[in-house]
Amino acid sequence: MIFVWAFVVGGLICVIGQLLLDVVKLTPAHTMSALVVAGAIADAVGIYDPLVKFAGAGASVPITSFGNSLVHGALIELEQTGWIGIVTGIFNITSAGISSAIVFSFLAALLVRPKG
Amino acid sequence: MPAKTKRSGVKLQLDSLTPQVYKQMAKKHEPSRPVFKNCIRAFLSGGLICLIGQAVQQVFMANFDMTPREAASPTVAVLILISVILTCFGVYDKLAQWCGAGTAVPVTGFANSMCSAALEHRAEGIVLGMAANMFKLAGSVIVFGVVAAFIIGIVYIFLGHGGGHL
Repeated sequence: MIFVWAFVVGGLICVIGQLLLDVVKLTPAHTMSALVVAGAIADAVGIYDPLVKFAGAGASVPITSFGNSLVHGALIELEQTGWIGIVTGIFNITSAGISSAIVFSFLAALLVRPKG
Repeated sequence: MPAKTKRSGVKLQLDSLTPQVYKQMAKKHEPSRPVFKNCIRAFLSGGLICLIGQAVQQVFMANFDMTPREAASPTVAVLILISVILTCFGVYDKLAQWCGAGTAVPVTGFANSMCSAALEHRAEGIVLGMAANMFKLAGSVIVFGVVAAFIIGIVYIFLGHGGGHL
């Protein structure tokens, strides 16, 4: 069942992105930034975690989860180490995504001639 | 003589062509976007990417005895690797033309924007080209995400919540 909800919820988040592009006429960069901030706020008010439990990758794969993880990292560190945790903890959870994107892109650009 | 009057007519038209009038004229000829069709495509393709993500996550959970939260990071890394490989072969950008936001919103689109920027600027050198331009498109996402997280953290301090709901 989690597969169905992953498909539906992930698809719906992408539809929101498409509507921001087509109806509100934002540029792609504005759309992505808006979704990240939306994910961050959704985590702050505590509705993103239940969504991840409910829809699995449907909520953790779209870019909104990036904002969610940034807030999560900051708040967990805030609880454990005090106010300095906000700056030390922001990238705690998103490290996997950003690091792998940097490393893989770097290797790809070294190895591959651009195509298409 | 007739040629001269014609030209002054054109000039008159150009004079009255203020930016507002031009915008209205351009808007009339702009192709209307098939919003509904685009949304269906975004739903199907975005859903499919999340479905693949869920399958990868399930594999990690079954084989390495991980909780869903522990499995999320390696899942994202696998999806990013797939996205980078597809970008290198020029496949991801072809898919993106059909899928619209369906390929842009998932984390694979984030990786795609970084990888294609890296490939595009590779010719300008490794340091000044590839490395300096890698975050050209993805940078805005990181900046706004971090700033939002920082502000939310500050708000939590003032509300005295700590990381209450976590």
